[in-house]
Amino acid sequence: MVEVLEARKQQVLEKGKDTYALECEKASTAGSVSQRACVFCGSRVVLYPIADALHLIHGPIGCAAYTWELRGSLSSGPELHRLSFSTDLKENDVIYGGEKKLYAALTELINEYKPKAAFVYCTCIIGLIGDDVDAVCAKVEKEHGIQVIPVHSEGFKGTKKDGYKAACEGAFKLTGKDNTTPVSDFSINILGEFNLAGETWIIKDYYKRMGIEVTSCITGDGRVGEIGKAHRARLNVVQCSGSMTYLAKMMEKEYGIPFIRVSYFGIEDMSKALYDVADFFNNEKIMENTKELVRSEVSDLLPRLAEFRKDLEGKKAGVYVGGSFKAFSMVKALRHLGMETVVVGSQTGSPEDYEYLKEITNEGTIILDDTNPLELSGFILEKGADLLIGGVKERPIAYKMGIGFCDHNHERKEALAGFEGMLNFAREVHNSVTSPVWKYSPARMKAQEKKI
Amino acid sequence: MLLRHTPKEVVERSALTINPAKTCQPVGAMYAALGIHKCLPHSHGSQGCCAYHRSALTRHYAEPIMASTSSFTEGASVFGGQSNMLESINNIFALYDPDIIAVNTTCLSEVIGDDLNQIINRAIADNKIPKGKTVMYASTPSFKGSHVTGYANMLTAMVQNFATNTGKKNKSITLLPSFVEPSDMSEIKHIAAEMGIDYIMYPDTSGVVNAPMDGKFHMYPKGGTPREKIIASGDSRYALALGRVGTFQAAQLLDSKCKVKTEILDLPIGISATDAFIDKLRTTSGVTVPESITVERGQLVDVLCDKAQYVYGKKISLMGDPDILFGLVQFCKDAGMEVIHVITGTPAGAKWDRRIKELAGPNAIVKSGAQADLFYFHQLLQNTKPDLIFGNTYCKYIARDMDIPLIRTGFPIYDRIGHSYFPITGYRGGLHLLVKILDVFMDRQDRDASEEKFELVM
Ligand code: SF4
Ligand code: SF4
Repeated sequence: MVEVLEARKQQVLEKGKDTYALECEKASTAGSVSQRACVFCGSRVVLYPIADALHLIHGPIGCAAYTWELRGSLSSGPELHRLSFSTDLKENDVIYGGEKKLYAALTELINEYKPKAAFVYCTCIIGLIGDDVDAVCAKVEKEHGIQVIPVHSEGFKGTKKDGYKAACEGAFKLTGKDNTTPVSDFSINILGEFNLAGETWIIKDYYKRMGIEVTSCITGDGRVGEIGKAHRARLNVVQCSGSMTYLAKMMEKEYGIPFIRVSYFGIEDMSKALYDVADFFNNEKIMENTKELVRSEVSDLLPRLAEFRKDLEGKKAGVYVGGSFKAFSMVKALRHLGMETVVVGSQTGSPEDYEYLKEITNEGTIILDDTNPLELSGFILEKGADLLIGGVKERPIAYKMGIGFCDHNHERKEALAGFEGMLNFAREVHNSVTSPVWKYSPARMKAQEKKI
Repeated sequence: MLLRHTPKEVVERSALTINPAKTCQPVGAMYAALGIHKCLPHSHGSQGCCAYHRSALTRHYAEPIMASTSSFTEGASVFGGQSNMLESINNIFALYDPDIIAVNTTCLSEVIGDDLNQIINRAIADNKIPKGKTVMYASTPSFKGSHVTGYANMLTAMVQNFATNTGKKNKSITLLPSFVEPSDMSEIKHIAAEMGIDYIMYPDTSGVVNAPMDGKFHMYPKGGTPREKIIASGDSRYALALGRVGTFQAAQLLDSKCKVKTEILDLPIGISATDAFIDKLRTTSGVTVPESITVERGQLVDVLCDKAQYVYGKKISLMGDPDILFGLVQFCKDAGMEVIHVITGTPAGAKWDRRIKELAGPNAIVKSGAQADLFYFHQLLQNTKPDLIFGNTYCKYIARDMDIPLIRTGFPIYDRIGHSYFPITGYRGGLHLLVKILDVFMDRQDRDASEEKFELVM
């Protein structure tokens, strides 16, 4: 039996057995070893890929140090985003306020780097000491003629989700600036694709082959200028809906751009994403291109997947990721590999998300919200999973238990989006699950002995 | 290239840190706490900090790093974190059953002014702490200090909470290591054991953050110093603290609180510092240095003599944690290398600055504190290019930009493995370090050799 904290009992359920609705969207129980991060973390990851903007973190050093270069959002051009700038507040600043320091830092940085825009992230103690960051930003903006955008992401003011919202507000401020550069009739913005391991490039290529212009990508491989004309695209295509739906809604309201939600992971979801976009434009040529694209990609992919599937058939997986949309795609993608998902959860799912997870999983699947290592490892063991999909903090847990692992978070080195991403995913899962190293795990050795 | 923006000309900056050469206190405190057996580090603040600190340690050690959080919300930041802390204590003991909860504060709880002493007393009064269990805390605001001072503060808290003078001395001597790798902690233990010394060492992260794979996830791996040992350290005959910045406070407290005579030495990195450590063990315990240790020393010196020509005169730049830098700088000097830059983001104090300058020589540039960041380091290197860099993973950008080899030391190391298994302390650690240095220079020589000068034997 896996022990679950009393206060968390309703945040875990077994499909087919438990009938209650999963509790979610609440603050983590105090004292738990939560895998979650903070508001600042949320806004940082969303805005980070805007490569020609300055990202200054206003606060003590840690918040900046920990978010320095930890997310593999690649840029095809400038790389200003990869440096770590911090006001590195000291005790005196905490007592007397950090506004002067912020002003000086911004001025120095803008003179030095000539960024296209600047973001100032407010971390926890800025909220407490009450610096008027907006006023400082406005002043610098006036003096330097670039947008200087405060991002109110004080860590304690909610969850990572609130950070997404703060980031969306920040990104929104960059839109609506360029009304002259021509924009095609068949144009979209890609929202919530962060170019981890170059995924944005894969997706952009698909749209190009369909005959669709990507007006801007918010924020993968992002540029301030490009986002400036985003308001004139015809459709917003939102992947990672947890983080970017809010921006899509703002743009819908302000500029009348409709949006659809998609996922680029797995065969069905990827194909559906492209078809949905093609449908929207209702253009024969585009539809034809799309069909051709999906046909050629899928027929290329399937036989290669079958190779991996041979070894993976009947194996079981646990999935614990940040966003629940990703979890859906994982369950489906794993099915393509012949694998069953036996434990699945996310850090930020909504009630509807968990209902949907219930729909697509088998009886007996454990579904959990905001879990912790003790629970997670317990359920994985209980359900006999051979693989865990998660992020940086889950990786060593899986390895200690002697099961395979696939990073589906910031740290991954392989592109997992798109059709070629599916192939990478299959390869990674395959190689991890069938790696000969596990045979040296004492637990496996014991299990083997028992069998004989 | 990422760092192409760094201008060569050094201008004074006051308001800004670019690419920090340090990180914040709680991560060091968390690491120290992991060095007590069955201790769960707890971060008193909002979730983000805890998640970041755990991620940082997870990446550095490739191990599951456990720590709980008070999960502050807006309410807590207005009304204080007392109720979150009390609830945490309840939940932690109910679910994770540690022997000790080691609380570190974050910037947030510090600025609010939560009084952890009072909160813990309240928990005791309310019978929230099961018998035989302890909740301790270290104050670790990050607008002061760095990860090294966080470590120092948690080590001090260990002395404060546990070390007890019963009036009856035991036979052991206490060893307090500064922020070093578990492999180094092992090596220090190895030396003490080889010399037949009855010792107590804390913290001891070996077996915790380099634990073996046994097919299970353990909330509390086998390693770590048992609390009884820390308690008994108050009765030890003598204490040696290794690495001043990380241990000074704790050593002083052990001295004043328990009347244990305490001495501070440099971390035993390199020949001279290891000599000094061993000699101190010898004289304070009245033992002789065993043959095995003499052999280890002899081997290190032998290899150094064999290959000294490959390192002699080489220019070295170092960034990292203050206590480790002492050893590395000394080691470089012992091998005939020329130290040209030494920086640490930790505000290590004027005394450190002075001593390391003395050690490194009159031509070396030395800087510590906030403005000693990697941006500045890069600028220095652009002005005088070294042959080798010692530093953490973040130095790899500079190394690549300037085509200088990098040997990874200190914290964090995210992109290489081995630091938690192979020491740099002691003679064996010295040999390991030396081999790394030689590999770097000899690989370079091979790489850069012209066709006709490319040779089999070096
Ligand atoms: S600097 Fe302070 S607020 Fe930032 S991560 Fe460290 S403890 Fe948390
Ligand atoms: S201080 Fe606040 S903003 Fe910074 S990491 Fe911690 S929770 Fe996040």
